[in-house]
Amino acid sequence: MSDTTSDVGDTTTGHEAPITFYRLQACPYCERVARLLEAYELEYQSRFVEPLHSKRDVVKRVAGVRTVPVIVDEQTGVTMAESANIVDYLESTYGSGDSSSSETETGAAAGGDD
Amino acid sequence: MPEFDVVDLGPADHPDTGESAPDFTRPLVTDEFWEDRTLSELVGEDGGGQTIVVFTPMIGSFVGTYVWEELRDRDWADRADRVVGVTASTPYAVSEFITETDAPFDLFADPANDVADAYGISHDLDGMAGVSEPRVAFFAIDDEMTITASWVATDWPEFPEYDELEAEFGF
Repeated sequence: MSDTTSDVGDTTTGHEAPITFYRLQACPYCERVARLLEAYELEYQSRFVEPLHSKRDVVKRVAGVRTVPVIVDEQTGVTMAESANIVDYLESTYGSGDSSSSETETGAAAGGDD
Repeated sequence: MPEFDVVDLGPADHPDTGESAPDFTRPLVTDEFWEDRTLSELVGEDGGGQTIVVFTPMIGSFVGTYVWEELRDRDWADRADRVVGVTASTPYAVSEFITETDAPFDLFADPANDVADAYGISHDLDGMAGVSEPRVAFFAIDDEMTITASWVATDWPEFPEYDELEAEFGF
């Protein structure tokens, strides 16, 4: 890395993060996944897509659906859609087991995605 | 020649050849999505080489449109190792622009125009309070983030002599 004199932005972001997170701005189901990723302190790279389903070819190609959220976890080889499934996956894969900090409202777990 | 006035911006206070290009992280918009990317990491990808960073006024301006269409028509995407743009526009606007113009380039979205500020090429818009945008500017940088050549507009509007620019950039 060079000794650059002026940095704009305080984070360094590339493609090293093991989890790629396809999300839509202000999508509650996506935010739910984001909260969990942060709670478990997982390194992830957000990829924002557009509201129109027809413009989400990349998500379709990666996950077979046009809904978000979608995560791709390179550490486990898992690609997964639907927030409830993702939450279950993250909890079982990265949760400490006794953690109740993540999701308490199980009734909402079956909610749809955007 | 018809008489017309252009706005004289004067010389910019930008980093010169041999100096380090200011690093930055912003959403890089492709034709399918956008994600935060850092320039210094981008320049090292795929074996490094030369990166051309192109600043244009915000999406919607004829200046930005003309520059990107010219670079598309001149096949810069194939002739340079890497070409990225920076514009003071939202990711949504940039995404739509890339789709509409078939621009084979990725553009950093920098609505607050901080990156142009860091490069010393920001200018305020008369009659649009609270809005600033980049001048048209081209910086060639190597994979060590050192500037190897540059062209910065001193008028508004102003376009480079593209043939000369290509010769200077070595392609």
